[in-house]
Amino acid sequence: MTLTTTRLLRCAAASLLLMLMLTAVARAQSPSGTVYVSSEKDDALTMIDLATLTVKGTIPTCKRGRHLQLTPERKLMLACSDSGVADLIDPASGQSMRHIPLGDDPEAFDLSPDGKTLYVSSEDDAAVVFIDIASGKRLREVKVGQEPEGVKVSVDGKLLYVTSEVASLVHAIDIASGKVVANIKVGKRPRRMAITPDGKELWVTCELDAGVTIVSTATHAVLANLKFEVKGARAQDITPVGIALARDGKRAFVALGRANHVAFVDVAARKVTDLVLVGKRAWNVALDKDEKRLFVVNGLSDDLSVIDVPAAKAIKTVPVGRVPYGVVVVE
Amino acid sequence: MRRAALLVFALASVVDAAGAAAVTLKATLIGPQDDPRLERARLERATLGHPGGPAADGVQLALADAGFELEAAGAAIALSQAPARSVESARAAAIAAEKGGAALVLTDLPADWTLAVADAVTLPVLNLGAPDDRLRQQDCRPRLLHLLPSERMRADAIAQALVSRKWSKLLLLVGPSAPDQQRAAAAQASIKRYGLQLVDTRPFKLSTDPRERALANPLLLTAGQNYDAVWVVDTDGEFARGLPYRTVLPRPVVGDAGLVALAWHAQFERYGAPQVSRRFSKAVKRPMTDRDWAAWMAGKTLVALATAAPKGPNTAWAQALPRTTVDGAKGVALSFRAWDGQLRQPLLLTDGQGVVATAPIEGLLHPSDVLDTLGADAPEKLCKSAR
Repeated sequence: MTLTTTRLLRCAAASLLLMLMLTAVARAQSPSGTVYVSSEKDDALTMIDLATLTVKGTIPTCKRGRHLQLTPERKLMLACSDSGVADLIDPASGQSMRHIPLGDDPEAFDLSPDGKTLYVSSEDDAAVVFIDIASGKRLREVKVGQEPEGVKVSVDGKLLYVTSEVASLVHAIDIASGKVVANIKVGKRPRRMAITPDGKELWVTCELDAGVTIVSTATHAVLANLKFEVKGARAQDITPVGIALARDGKRAFVALGRANHVAFVDVAARKVTDLVLVGKRAWNVALDKDEKRLFVVNGLSDDLSVIDVPAAKAIKTVPVGRVPYGVVVVE
Repeated sequence: MRRAALLVFALASVVDAAGAAAVTLKATLIGPQDDPRLERARLERATLGHPGGPAADGVQLALADAGFELEAAGAAIALSQAPARSVESARAAAIAAEKGGAALVLTDLPADWTLAVADAVTLPVLNLGAPDDRLRQQDCRPRLLHLLPSERMRADAIAQALVSRKWSKLLLLVGPSAPDQQRAAAAQASIKRYGLQLVDTRPFKLSTDPRERALANPLLLTAGQNYDAVWVVDTDGEFARGLPYRTVLPRPVVGDAGLVALAWHAQFERYGAPQVSRRFSKAVKRPMTDRDWAAWMAGKTLVALATAAPKGPNTAWAQALPRTTVDGAKGVALSFRAWDGQLRQPLLLTDGQGVVATAPIEGLLHPSDVLDTLGADAPEKLCKSAR
């Protein structure tokens, strides 16, 4: 070994050490995690690195994946309309673990608090189907209004709320008996729902009413109708769909569809505090763990907007798959 | 003792009936008997913009869709059908419907018959089948509402699409029938409204007679001028079908072939439209056409009225009707224009295979509602009858 090679080796070792140290520093400063985005036309999830906000890869999935949700075991569950299954994906390996049959044209779903039962809206059959996840068996089917969409389980796991887009109703279903216990008339074309952390209020986005209907979970009475206004957009262009609530229940984030904005709402005051411009047809939304960043799927511009929540400003747009739909953050 | 118990039961059932008090909203659909539009050969051609089957299919789908909603509201709708052989029998059917307690009359009839029905009764009339502009303009009626887009709306949608592509020089080919002449006037008005340029208007004739070849041969008909697109007005559809790819210049065809503006197409992919088209084709085993959409919207209008006021009465429904909004799976809530009773709506531009674009085109501005860039707008004051 000559002197030069030894020097070179030493130099290389030193720079390697430096690189490792730098990476460690970077890890400590920025969050590590992944944002998963489903897209209707790619049969894949796009993975975005939370630290760099760049696409780091894709995971092949079942066909026409739409609603995406984390299970209590922190696995990804994706409902596929064309395949009629839920794809259970392990985020650690990036591999599909199994398919759970959901029937024809499943739309959205929710899980029981113990993660054992899945409740899925079946658009074609105008029904909600209860499925035992372990066995994949259909436990029950409850008929509801046409084009059921959003599905939400109450905080205590006893009631199931389902929106019917055509009937403009939210059906409250007693899970134990499978009976519809209330039909709540909400705004036109109800889509998605969120429940406040105290379990008292159900927020329902109404796509053709430019608003959110707020329902009392105790009485099933409508408490308020919140209407959105965006400067330069007419009411008919404000089509809210996606909704997320902050963990403390103080703020709601509502994607306004074709108005291309996300509204930040003060939950107690029922007032819009900020409007953030994003991409085309803002669809579903998700927060990171610190609630510093909000990820917004833009259905008609095939991208994801990243919003800095404290600044109420979009800081980056990341191109994702064709007709993106759902978004989940895993940290 | 036994008798008393029976009496109580009877009383209870009377109370029950009164408590529910579901007043049935009755509607009568009047369509032509032995409808020539539904002859097998015509249906097989599946010309864009022509009926694909009976209008009742669409209305019934809307009522079936709403089963849950009607039940939840304690409302009920009964649809009856009355085929009409002539304008007189259409009128008689409408009068019979009114006497029978109908709240609304639905028509899938030619313009003259539609007017006869509207003039024979004091009920609101929903027009599902006549796209004629005169029913929205000089011959409008205060209680006559239109679900199907007017010819002007369709022409405006095409003109907007041409504007968005900057295909501004147009060659207009017009068929020989009276509707062709009226629709050509609508096309010319839209060309003017959107600042397009008409390089020539030429009549065509469906013929293989060598002596008439200047009127019938697409190559000869489209020669001698430069243009960006050929706009063909052919109500029958047979000539237009053979026009694309047979023009002397490699230019697109629009109007009644090539790119066509319609209320609906079964391949529309947005706003929950595939679910509607799928439900329709599942129910009646054929694709959902624009006419079926208009019929479906009429059914949805009935549902909106019945669920908003389950107890009626007919007069309350008639009053609520002009302010009713409906969801047509086209992304916006749809309402009726106050000045001519036309349902305002986005239109789809299709080549028959898919939906190429929608109108109003993006970027178009209007002082109150961008949907009113399609068809007769309020300031034109073309409908003089008070509403």
